[in-house]
Amino acid sequence: MAQPIIQVRGVCKEFLLPHLRHTTIKSRVLNMFRETRTMEVQTALRDIGFDVQPGEFLGVVGRNGSGKSTLLKILAGIYMPTSGDVTVTGKLVPFIELGVGFNPELTGRENVYLNGALLGFSKSEVDSMYEDIVAFAELEGYMDQKLKNYSSGMQVRIAFSVATRAQADILVIDEVLAVGDAAFQRKCYEHFRALKKSDTTIVFVTHDMGAVRQFCDRAILLEDCRIAADGSAEHVAARYTELFNPRPSVEPGVSTKRKGSGAIRYTRVDVASTLFEDGVLTLDLEVQADKDLDEVAYGFLIKNSSGAPVLGTNSVLKKQLLGGLNKGDRVRVVWTVPNVFSDGLHRVDLTITDFKGLAVYDWWEEAASFTAVKDEKTPYLVTPATSLEVSAIE
Amino acid sequence: MRDLLKFIHDRYRYPLILLGAMVVTDFKLRYQASLLGYLWTLLRPLAIFSILYVVFASFLKIGAGVPYFPVYLLFGIVLWGFFNESTTQGLASLVGRADLLRKIRFPRYVVVLSVGGSVLIGFVLNMLVIVLFMIILQVPVRLEVLWLPLLFVELVALSISLAFFLSALYVRFRDINYIWDVIMQAAFYAVPILYPLTLVPAKYARFLVLNPMAQIIQDARYVLITDQTQTISQLFGTPWARAIPVGITLVLAVTSVIYFRRRSSSFAEEA
Repeated sequence: MAQPIIQVRGVCKEFLLPHLRHTTIKSRVLNMFRETRTMEVQTALRDIGFDVQPGEFLGVVGRNGSGKSTLLKILAGIYMPTSGDVTVTGKLVPFIELGVGFNPELTGRENVYLNGALLGFSKSEVDSMYEDIVAFAELEGYMDQKLKNYSSGMQVRIAFSVATRAQADILVIDEVLAVGDAAFQRKCYEHFRALKKSDTTIVFVTHDMGAVRQFCDRAILLEDCRIAADGSAEHVAARYTELFNPRPSVEPGVSTKRKGSGAIRYTRVDVASTLFEDGVLTLDLEVQADKDLDEVAYGFLIKNSSGAPVLGTNSVLKKQLLGGLNKGDRVRVVWTVPNVFSDGLHRVDLTITDFKGLAVYDWWEEAASFTAVKDEKTPYLVTPATSLEVSAIE
Repeated sequence: MRDLLKFIHDRYRYPLILLGAMVVTDFKLRYQASLLGYLWTLLRPLAIFSILYVVFASFLKIGAGVPYFPVYLLFGIVLWGFFNESTTQGLASLVGRADLLRKIRFPRYVVVLSVGGSVLIGFVLNMLVIVLFMIILQVPVRLEVLWLPLLFVELVALSISLAFFLSALYVRFRDINYIWDVIMQAAFYAVPILYPLTLVPAKYARFLVLNPMAQIIQDARYVLITDQTQTISQLFGTPWARAIPVGITLVLAVTSVIYFRRRSSSFAEEA
């Protein structure tokens, strides 16, 4: 493999919280003799390391505040890392925002020249591409108006039009597609496709998993200031989606909706967060006994997003007698349920009771949740596979 | 040699393009919504000169002993004006362009230089007014005027050095602008702008003229307007006394550059 075009090694970034910093001489003087000055350190990135190969289209995803923009600014050389190294080989142009330096008091034409200069184009270079820029933005006839009289859509178009002219080995793009209408976004994507063909290396921050799957060769998921996943776009996009449907905590006692004597408890709950159309719901569970027990009954109940019970059963109803348990025994319990669920979020309650259902050992409401995906969207509790045949009667 | 030229071209092409664009933009914006537009760059100094002339030369008769006192006075004000504007506007420049600092990567010194550039344009126009007055008052041009470019270089070096230092300091300490404002008010009277230096007793005058701005203004008046100007050479009896104000300027320049470079990587976060 070729030499990486971007190398990031052990990068950490910390910010001193500005409102606690001594920004005036008065506060500096007043705090001069104090031994410990109150400085709060906010960590934005922790031990980030990755390589980008030439021509690669790398997506950076993560929740708000996970450190994506800080990472981009460090790649662009705008911020310095607190520790660690970033090596960039080649010319890098950052687009942290479209239309940087645009001035509302200047005309469209003057802003094109100003923005062009910020991208490193001399006046004569902008001269030679000016017609194309205006044509691409579809703003012929508006260029001598002041920018403040443009609609925001027009401003974005002219800014993007200039930006497409940037000559660089590496482009660093931060969520510029969040603005603009559908037609504009399509134009952006067409431009991206062209860039991808031209072997420009691109680092692209976005929340749009569709764009990640479509354009990125690889993606990085940032979570809690660290890299939580680094791999194929598909894999990382799936992990990102999972962030917003978190698996439940299996630490006993964390859920407040849990009761029972605890003589035997669930210690592990594994439920896939998404249940696809042709999939099977699997509740993969582990229990541990804290006492010697006679026959116990395992059960579950599934409720839909409005809390209505959809289905459930237990081992007694199924007439499966499982025998007694000794203190310290661990048992794996696996339920499988065909996907009869209606489209949407579902929650799973898990139970362990004695054989007669009198003593509750562990009754855990909302121990897990999953989202069922159904093409057929019915308003009812379940949507099992049904078939329909309509034929003419002779 | 060719390699060196290519190196210089590659390294300074982008800063120069940026600098040009920023100076032009700044100049365009300054006189944007006004009726007379760029004409104000000439009208404003003319109007201010007239007021000062009426007050100081006609009423107070301060400059009675100095030949061509009106233009002598105006020249001092123009020089001081350059120093004042480039340092006060330079001071606020980094914080004022924080949006750019946070979004693109470019050499930070461009921001400060662009302010210096647009102040310099105003200075050149003001000098045209001075030349106009010299023609009207028939001020003879002497050979010593050849020293003038060197004095301008000293003035620009002093002003821009201070602008670099203050702008970097202002990113950290936001009361610098108030302090600098007061310093400039005091300095305006400590520098012989409105009054001839001969009015000050020699023992104080010797002290005052060690200030680089006082030395520059007096020397520039000497070479351009009249040899009746008291300069540092006369006060100390040797032209080499200039080593002190020139030395102060050099030390300031070096200190400022070092401080600015050291701090520049954190401007994006703090400005």
